[in-house]
Amino acid sequence: MENSPLFKSGHTACAGCGQAIAARLVIEAAGANTIVVNNTGCLEVFSTKYPDTAWGVPWIHSLFENSAAVASGVEAALIYLGKKNATNVIAQGGDGSTGDIGLQALSGMLERGHDILYVCYDNEAYMNTGVQRSGLTPFDTNTTTSPAGAQSSGNIRPKKPVPEICLAHGIPYVATASVGFPQDLSRKVKKAISIKGPKYIQIHASCPLGWRHESNQMLPVAKLAVETGLYPLFEYENGVLAGRKQIIPKPVEEYLKTQGRFKHLLNNPEEIKKIQEIADNNIKKYNLKLES
Amino acid sequence: MKEFVEGSHAIAEIIKATQPGVISAYPITPQTHIVEDLAQMVANKELNSQFVNVESEHSAASVVLGGSAAGVRVYTATSSQGLFYMQEVVFNIAGMRLPVVMTCANRAISAPINIWNDQQDSISLRDAGWFQVYAEDNQEAVDFHLIAYRLAEDKRVMLPVMVCMDGFILTHGMETVDIPEQEKVNKFLPAYKPLYKLDTAEPISMGLLADPDYYMETRFAIQETMKESIGYLSGISKEFNAVFGRDYKDLLVEEYQTKDAEKVIVAMGSVCGTIKEVVDEQRAKGKKVGLLRIITYRPFPYARVYEALKNVPKVAVLDKAVSLGAYAPIAVEIKAAFYGKKKGPKVASSFVAGLGGRDITLESIHEVFRRLTVKEVNSDFIDLKPELLKEEYGE
Repeated sequence: MENSPLFKSGHTACAGCGQAIAARLVIEAAGANTIVVNNTGCLEVFSTKYPDTAWGVPWIHSLFENSAAVASGVEAALIYLGKKNATNVIAQGGDGSTGDIGLQALSGMLERGHDILYVCYDNEAYMNTGVQRSGLTPFDTNTTTSPAGAQSSGNIRPKKPVPEICLAHGIPYVATASVGFPQDLSRKVKKAISIKGPKYIQIHASCPLGWRHESNQMLPVAKLAVETGLYPLFEYENGVLAGRKQIIPKPVEEYLKTQGRFKHLLNNPEEIKKIQEIADNNIKKYNLKLES
Repeated sequence: MKEFVEGSHAIAEIIKATQPGVISAYPITPQTHIVEDLAQMVANKELNSQFVNVESEHSAASVVLGGSAAGVRVYTATSSQGLFYMQEVVFNIAGMRLPVVMTCANRAISAPINIWNDQQDSISLRDAGWFQVYAEDNQEAVDFHLIAYRLAEDKRVMLPVMVCMDGFILTHGMETVDIPEQEKVNKFLPAYKPLYKLDTAEPISMGLLADPDYYMETRFAIQETMKESIGYLSGISKEFNAVFGRDYKDLLVEEYQTKDAEKVIVAMGSVCGTIKEVVDEQRAKGKKVGLLRIITYRPFPYARVYEALKNVPKVAVLDKAVSLGAYAPIAVEIKAAFYGKKKGPKVASSFVAGLGGRDITLESIHEVFRRLTVKEVNSDFIDLKPELLKEEYGE
């Protein structure tokens, strides 16, 4: 990949960081006329350690949970200055800052109808602080605060359905994407910024450190999440399912066995069965199965 | 133009005159009337501003942070729990050197829940890197907002300012207030031109991670700016007086009958009006008493306090807040101003009054003067009800 003027190389992300690739894809799709508001988290830490910055667009970080609110203020100021139509505003953060501590600010931004694209980089745990469980951590995941043990097979709850929560706000565009499908991701970002109003894209971004896979497996692991039905890719336009990525479903075990965070499940067919049910429900709900 | 108006309405009028591009607030008593009036002004097209109705004070502060970073003048107002809910954003705004102006309608802190006035809210955020000025009456509250923007946006300063006014007593009090004309406001307060802003024509990154190699200098810079800014206030006051025909000295302290005084009360905010009445009454009887009013609490005007009180034998510091388990907040500063100095009061007693809206009456002030004896006291509560303290623990 060539160096990008909007998200430059030289930042300090881990080798094989899915979020770094996803963030670059997002800003390249959005283009130079974009202001980015970033929550605290891995992306903020590895891309803007003073005196360096990876960002070639105006970029601001305030706190862990307030990017949606800060972006609301940026957007309001741009409207006041008569510059909004020429400028995209993106608010972004990880799954914890989006779906847990920042959910209220996100809901406020969506409900008020700001012309902002919110991007959630979903690596399914608090990676920046050392892989603690978030509301978006999948069922049965072994994290440092939802550890597997004699009476636990990891995280006891399924992923919080943040895209559906956003959808319930009646916003014009909600989509999921995956770093494993970069062209689809870029297309969705471009589409989102072409729509006026609040938009939400949640991007599945693999994390070699937290998911415990080799750094060169970032793309194949992300792809498997989609191909098993565990991370369905869909688009809602004006509340209607307008698109989904269809798959020839692979068994969830193929995805689980690639990562240390699921290693404890591999000799536990009962638990694997529960996870297969989650995938099957997704496949049914979004009609993901490709008719052969 | 002189108008007989509610304090909150006067504040809304002056904020309108400063023409903020972004206003954001979340309702909390007793701040509400200010932002209701501003919302109506926007609705009536009297004020061209983006009024952002948020889901919390945390987001109100975040919205004005974002608006300020994008290069426009911004305004918010809050009280009590709302200010506490904003707290991490409040610190963040100062750290990012954004010239935000906020009104704090001073109110007590829960628990027990209490919507009435004291100054515990803003005082508890004294270390946030904001200027804090306390108005005695609604004329000052109006004028201080203009001065606040001028100070905050001064290129030598670039720090946020909190204008504190006692909840209900000022916010809901009716007074005759001279609300400055737009033309004069424009003369005193030019349009905001930011040093830096989020602009696609000149991309910059704001709010970066500063590791131990860089963090301390950012805090040192604010500390130095705060110290230097004490000197700017007299210049800004002079300009303000020239445009609006007022008589502010330096906006740090007000000395009221302190020159030859034997007993002086140090206080802050609207209670000073009551204290002045008692001082006048006592002076008429030949008693040498006075008042030192703290106007700017952050940065704290140690040198001015020293000069004003160095020859006063007995000083009573009256706090409308407590630092539970320690000396009261203003008392600490007054004692610090004299530590290690040759001159100074023999007695610097500390009193706490008016918590949770308990009235501070003329009699309360007389009581303070009576208790100001050779025996120094600390955090002595005034107007406690002994009958409420008799309750015993359950069997």
